[in-house]
Amino acid sequence: MAEPRLDEATGQTTTGHSYDGIEELNTPLPRWWLWTFYLTIIWGIGYTIAYPAWPLISGATEGVLGYSTRAQVADDIAAHEAANAELVSQLVSADLSTLAPGDDLHRYAVARGGAVFRAQCSQCHGAGAQGAKGYPNLLDNDWLWGGTLEEIAYSVRHGIRNDTDENAHYSEMPAFGDILEASEIEALADFIPTLATGGGSEPGATLYADNCAACHGEAGKGDPVGGAPNLADAIWLYGDDRASLIETITNARFGVMPAWGQRLAEADVRAVSTYVHALGGGE
Amino acid sequence: MSDLTQQDSLYSAREPIFPRRVSGVFRTLKWWVMAVTLGIYYLTPWLRWDRGPNLPDQAVLVDLAGRRFYFFWIEIWPHEFYFVAGLLIMAGLGLFLFTSALGRVWCGYTCPQTVWTDLFILVERWIEGDRNARVRLWNADWSLRKVRLRVTKWVVWLLIAVTTGGAWVFYFADAPTLAHDLVTLQAPYVAYASIAVLTATTFIFGGFMREQVCIYMCPWPRIQAAMMDDATLTVAYRDWRGEPRGKHRKAEGAENLGDCIDCMACVNVCPMGIDIRKGQQMECITCALCIDACDEVMDKIGKERGLIDYLALSDEPLERAGNKPRPYWVHVFRVRTMVYTALWSLIGLAMVWALFVRPEIDMTVAPLRNPTFVTLSDGTIRNVYEVRLRNKHGEDHLFGMTVRGDDALKIDVEGSVGGPTTVVPANETKKLRVYVTAPPDSMPAEAHTTQIRFWVDDLTGGERAYNDSTFNGKGAAR
Repeated sequence: MAEPRLDEATGQTTTGHSYDGIEELNTPLPRWWLWTFYLTIIWGIGYTIAYPAWPLISGATEGVLGYSTRAQVADDIAAHEAANAELVSQLVSADLSTLAPGDDLHRYAVARGGAVFRAQCSQCHGAGAQGAKGYPNLLDNDWLWGGTLEEIAYSVRHGIRNDTDENAHYSEMPAFGDILEASEIEALADFIPTLATGGGSEPGATLYADNCAACHGEAGKGDPVGGAPNLADAIWLYGDDRASLIETITNARFGVMPAWGQRLAEADVRAVSTYVHALGGGE
Repeated sequence: MSDLTQQDSLYSAREPIFPRRVSGVFRTLKWWVMAVTLGIYYLTPWLRWDRGPNLPDQAVLVDLAGRRFYFFWIEIWPHEFYFVAGLLIMAGLGLFLFTSALGRVWCGYTCPQTVWTDLFILVERWIEGDRNARVRLWNADWSLRKVRLRVTKWVVWLLIAVTTGGAWVFYFADAPTLAHDLVTLQAPYVAYASIAVLTATTFIFGGFMREQVCIYMCPWPRIQAAMMDDATLTVAYRDWRGEPRGKHRKAEGAENLGDCIDCMACVNVCPMGIDIRKGQQMECITCALCIDACDEVMDKIGKERGLIDYLALSDEPLERAGNKPRPYWVHVFRVRTMVYTALWSLIGLAMVWALFVRPEIDMTVAPLRNPTFVTLSDGTIRNVYEVRLRNKHGEDHLFGMTVRGDDALKIDVEGSVGGPTTVVPANETKKLRVYVTAPPDSMPAEAHTTQIRFWVDDLTGGERAYNDSTFNGKGAAR
């Protein structure tokens, strides 16, 4: 470390720091800079008094302004609810069948319904509403209980085969493992895929007519009133391979959906039904 | 530790600067630059430009809520923000160009800090008098007269500051409406807050901080050092001609003195409070007022002008050897400045080209990939696309959509009746679901993917646009 000296070119003294011959001038800072620095400290202290800041054993100081991000979010939500109150009341009283895409109310219902769907429905039906084995795909045009907006809203409101809502959709296929021989079930599993293509053979045809046609129809077209699936189309909730069909016939299936009318507000039921209807499969 | 360090305080007060009035070529140029730049800044929001119904008639408007930027006949939408990015790059390259050719010319002539400080000093001189009067007033005890002059000066500064802050907010809303709302106290809170902040910064920076902003706050002077080289023209003192300096021309030995008569004119006019005769220094903003001041003196004593002048460092050896400096154009037209000019023009031309070819309608297509396709009950394969149709026209237009790629593909637009068409409202982007279907067992239904192209036809205006995408078939699932 060199001795501090007076630098002639600048009239400043040096600090005495010298690195490879490069010396550091001891140029004073402007005093306003110092005051600005003190001001920021004072501001900082004031800020921690005004806003939540100092950590305590449990929680933190609340700040004299009483600000909290949680309250801010609650306020934002309340403000949105208030701004949408008119649309919500329209939605609750609207005749759903008259809603048309492009209407403000329809747009609102789809946007609100999308939020409800992601929070409440996507766990089973998938984030894209594509469904999974045993959980219906809501994008296609095959509906177990009907695909008009009212029918979808009914299914959402009352659910399927639950014991909490007495108006829930209910159908129960027998477990044919107790009724038919294994060979007969295999014959049925061979026959059922031919309902769509034709060319089914005995003994499957007779077995189908005796055991299945009462609900699923002679041509296998199903019945949305009774919830009997269409067996002559390309959509299979539990799979159309032979093993899956044998399992379905032997043990029957019993998919359950909660009655959302008991859990959601009426506006949300209507909104999510509109959303599902608008996904592309609605009738 | 020696005495030297113990004497020094770590902090020092600002040395007040009292720039003297000066006249000359560069002072006149600076007055003009000030008039033009301030004129542009204060008046631009009040220019009108007719764009037809439903659109603002303000020539330059940043519509933050509506997400539009209007500049005379140009309208920038958010997805065209690259125009703004391009302008910023051009501004940057422009600064590089001017700095490499003329040094800190931006700082000396056009920087808002310089322009407003200049204006504030002008006001100061009108009210308190020129340099000597201001020094006397500074040193005088507080009296009624001093209070009166100070208060008058501050009030005028404050008026300028309020106008400056006020002009800023007019760029973001319809100026006449906002002006009315501001006066009747109906304007939004953010307008008053913006005016308050800009009033405060203008008042403090222009009135009290001045050169402190350039020396301690602004990063640009540091960056400029990298843009300059020894061929850059900058304000400098010809010490080989001026030294040794001396006042007493009639004293003995005066014939050995240089041209500098040590009259301190260059120091007294300097708004940065420096002595240019000490050579290049960080504080110098190259405002060239010392050139004017020195030229005045040289004229009076009958010497050649240019003791202080725009010089390039590389010419110094030439001049010391008694030769003439190279002409200015040699310093301005160099490879470096040419490259900057070429880059600047290239970006400018590309933007002008992009501006002229950009369509009035626009489409973006985003395939919905969750799931990649849907099987319908008859075996038809369906893909869903989220399409945004943009109509920049001032009236509603009917758009029709078609899909190319395979004859088997059919297109359906959400909410459409009797054909894949939809009405896009004026100046809006419409988001809608578009369904493309392939019949069972057709090529695209069975294939992994099929390349497709969406066409949108503006059935009202006649323009077309396309967007390429992919159709997923059952092959994608395997």
